[in-house]
Amino acid sequence: MNQKYMVPLAGVLLLFLLAYAGVEGAGMQWFFGIIVPYVAVIAFVGGFVRRVMGWAASAVPFRIPTTCGQQKSLPWIKQNCIDNPDKASGVFMRMVLEIFLFRSLFRNTKAAFNRNEKNKLTYSWEIFLWVGALAFHYSFLVVIIRHLRFFLEPVPSCLKFLEFFDGIVQLGLPGLFISGAVLLLAALFLLARRIFDAKVSYISLAADYFPLFLIIGIAASGIAMRYFTKVDIIGIKSFTMGLVTFHPVIPDGVGGLFYAHIFMVSALFAYFPVSKLMHMGGIFLSPTRNMANNNRAKRHVNPWNYAVDIHTYEQYEDHFREKMIDAGLPVDKKE
Amino acid sequence: MSDELKPDELLDKVDHTPSQGTWMTESVQIRPGMYCYAAKPESVETLGLPNARSWNPMEADWKLPENWQEIIHNGIKDRLEKFRTFKIFMDVCVRCGACADKCHFFLGTGDPKNMPVLRAELLRSVYRNDFTTAGKLLQKIPGGDKLGGGRPLTLDVLKEWWYYFFQCTECRRCSVFCPYGIDTAEITIMGRELLNLLGLNIDWIATPVSNCYQTGNHLGIQPHAFKDMLDFFTEDIEEITGVDVAPQFNKKGADILFITPSGDVFADPGTYTCQGYMILFKYLKDKYDLDVTWSTYASEGGNFGFFTSHETMKRLNAKMYAEAKRLGVKWILGGECGHMWRVINQYMDTMNGPADFLEEPVNPITGTKFENAKSTKMVHITEFTADLIKHGKLELDKSRNANRVMTFHDSCNPARGMGLLDEPRYIIENTCDNFYEMPINTIREQTFCCGSGAGLNAGENIELRMAGGLPRANAVKYVHDKFGVNTLGTICAIDRAALSTLMEYWVPDVEVYGIHELVGNALILPGEQEREMDLRMEPLPGKEEADE
Amino acid sequence: MSKNAIMAGLVVFVAMALLPFWYNIGGSSAAPEPELSEKAKAAQKCVLDKYDMRANHMSLLDEWRDSVVRDADRLYESTNGKTFQMSLSTGEESCLGCHTDKEKFCDKCHTYASVDPYCWECHTTPKEINQ
Repeated sequence: MNQKYMVPLAGVLLLFLLAYAGVEGAGMQWFFGIIVPYVAVIAFVGGFVRRVMGWAASAVPFRIPTTCGQQKSLPWIKQNCIDNPDKASGVFMRMVLEIFLFRSLFRNTKAAFNRNEKNKLTYSWEIFLWVGALAFHYSFLVVIIRHLRFFLEPVPSCLKFLEFFDGIVQLGLPGLFISGAVLLLAALFLLARRIFDAKVSYISLAADYFPLFLIIGIAASGIAMRYFTKVDIIGIKSFTMGLVTFHPVIPDGVGGLFYAHIFMVSALFAYFPVSKLMHMGGIFLSPTRNMANNNRAKRHVNPWNYAVDIHTYEQYEDHFREKMIDAGLPVDKKE
Repeated sequence: MSDELKPDELLDKVDHTPSQGTWMTESVQIRPGMYCYAAKPESVETLGLPNARSWNPMEADWKLPENWQEIIHNGIKDRLEKFRTFKIFMDVCVRCGACADKCHFFLGTGDPKNMPVLRAELLRSVYRNDFTTAGKLLQKIPGGDKLGGGRPLTLDVLKEWWYYFFQCTECRRCSVFCPYGIDTAEITIMGRELLNLLGLNIDWIATPVSNCYQTGNHLGIQPHAFKDMLDFFTEDIEEITGVDVAPQFNKKGADILFITPSGDVFADPGTYTCQGYMILFKYLKDKYDLDVTWSTYASEGGNFGFFTSHETMKRLNAKMYAEAKRLGVKWILGGECGHMWRVINQYMDTMNGPADFLEEPVNPITGTKFENAKSTKMVHITEFTADLIKHGKLELDKSRNANRVMTFHDSCNPARGMGLLDEPRYIIENTCDNFYEMPINTIREQTFCCGSGAGLNAGENIELRMAGGLPRANAVKYVHDKFGVNTLGTICAIDRAALSTLMEYWVPDVEVYGIHELVGNALILPGEQEREMDLRMEPLPGKEEADE
Repeated sequence: MSKNAIMAGLVVFVAMALLPFWYNIGGSSAAPEPELSEKAKAAQKCVLDKYDMRANHMSLLDEWRDSVVRDADRLYESTNGKTFQMSLSTGEESCLGCHTDKEKFCDKCHTYASVDPYCWECHTTPKEINQ
């Protein structure tokens, strides 16, 4: 058994059981339903802000974008304005593509080596990680936005619009939301990659499995409540609205599964700022992507630039004067 | 080097499937052939860098200062504040594995710690342990370290850093594929800076840096010897062309200061590229009265300081502007070199600018303004030459390169730290008829490193270099087999040295050329005799019989 | 990226993250109470217990539909032993026969929870027919 994923799996199961038993057995709805979510929101927002401020506090001494295309040089050479931008507009496009379409991941290739008489190293386009990542992030986004129906009153029409498209397959009753199923499948795919791809498995840490298991747990418990075990969503909305209007109430009859769901969501939010999940904020600040490659045209200032010792020409000439004169090289001082 | 691995033996070792288990607890095995010798104390002393002493990586005692852990800890802390790159790259990696098989060292050695993500994790694990809230909390729980992926900084960890940060050529290929733009070069740069604080330098970097600081160039060529070298070339060129192309040195009031890596002056086949520059400058002098000077003080374009620390890079780089100012030239022209151009393009103006004593560069022959260099005031010679060719200012005889079947190796730094891709190609196409690209995944921004960059071009780590160069060589072999390519063009001095060795090892029929060697061969000098030989003194195509 | 830009981004992020806390200020958040008709009040018991009914009525209706349309089986024996005619909107024993006012009974909660059932794409309420 691999400790790297067994420990986080056990951890998530423990979180689930804790909330489930805490509610079903000990009647601690107020703790799992009210205290924990408030603490999680504070930890999430506060932690996120603190982390980003920490990044902002660090200097950006050099302009070092990774250039992925032709630079701007002579007027007749076609520049790649997005992958090697020299203007803010190009940088903006590059960042939009990076953030919304995971452009760099889209380039992913898979290397293979065939030990035979040709001994060829080959690189094939590897799209699955990109597809999986995109499916995961977008379905998660839709799921989160959809959940706003529990937190907003009246529910804005744009949310209804989103729900309409998310439920467009009209399968089953209550109708299937595609995003939930995609989220679960995509998370399972990412998990399978971590476990079965030898390279990814080797580099993975417990901290990589934990959020995956947590998200799988959240998605699975949500799906279970909506399609299988059923809960009173009016009661739940009165509960969630109570939280966001600071008049918390505990609804009647809502069972442990719901509190387990809420508890895992709270755990994810609270865990977010102290984990790699902060890549959500970090991507915006990555200096190899969000800077223009125009260093030679526009000077970048290093806030902590300091003077250094250098070996001056005078020192150099003093050292080599005779040899230079003998060789017929010009010198500043003749003796 | 009798114990050197044969290509077949090296290929037998390539296996990209890591073993089961965890990398964190496997202690490092430093293996001959894979590491570079420790820096000589004299070189470290010249530069006033810390902890100069003689030491040997194969011995248990690395003669570290007593408080080495504190030095590293403070070093990391300092750099987290100074470099947002460092802080973000420590924090945001999700270990998706996209970079894993992008590194030439991983592809060539199969060593999992050469996956860019793990190279960074070597440092990141210590960062997590000592600098993050989660890490500090988890330390208190038994086994918690492991859960958070943290580990304390032990001597073993330090040795692992040293071993693997000198198995990275800072080529940035992984950074192209990273969804967050995490740049392992940046992490290696930080890692090497930290190691430098303890005096853990390698000699192949420290000695060139010390030479460059004192003498003006990496190879330690003294001014009169530098002039002698170019005088030899002048004689050779006169023999070939009948024209005296003698260059000018340290000339005050020249139009342009020309700086190229000293490798071009000293080591074959870079010397032929150097002769190409000399022929070009002679042509421009005679035809258009352009006055170009060389400098013996700023006689190094390359900057091995970049592979030591930001500060050392700045100290070496300062000479370029200082000399341009002293000589009173209009602007600076830079020769074909890889990391030199990363430094010029992304660091020089910031470190040692503003260069307000120079003019915004204009090509006086074509009138072209080099808009992209108007602040730094330094132009790449392929930008310059491509502009001349485009405006029909050079008389070229392509047939003199007719026996060259070319492919072009994009050097890492101009490709991924600048984007100089089409300028050299344009020159190749105008000086040679036969040009074939290597497969798309191995050129331009996806180009593979020569395996010897960032100061790793030593002799003692030859196995590492040949393994790291495998992906590049493999792609050359592909076009060699398919199109009969016999010449690998490049715009980097380290490439010219490293790829020659690499080709000899993997694809022996391919020769390495600088782009301006092609120019030197093709350019028709005013008043030249009919050439029988190319710059390598080999008979020109169609002149083979005359040789017999 | 400049510190100002980062701060601006953070402000937007925090505003978005805390949307539910400011969006509802001033509005009424109380859950609606479905209004029971006199007849429903008198009946006291529906086909299932109250919580079950709230959580599960959509599935029940789905089952009823399949049973009626596919098997022509219209009888439903509820947990309290009473037998009902399975129908959403036809007859005195149907859902709407008892819960006569769709707007005050069904729609109140559906709107609150942003649920848009497609029952009414086929069914009409008796009230509408009478009008």
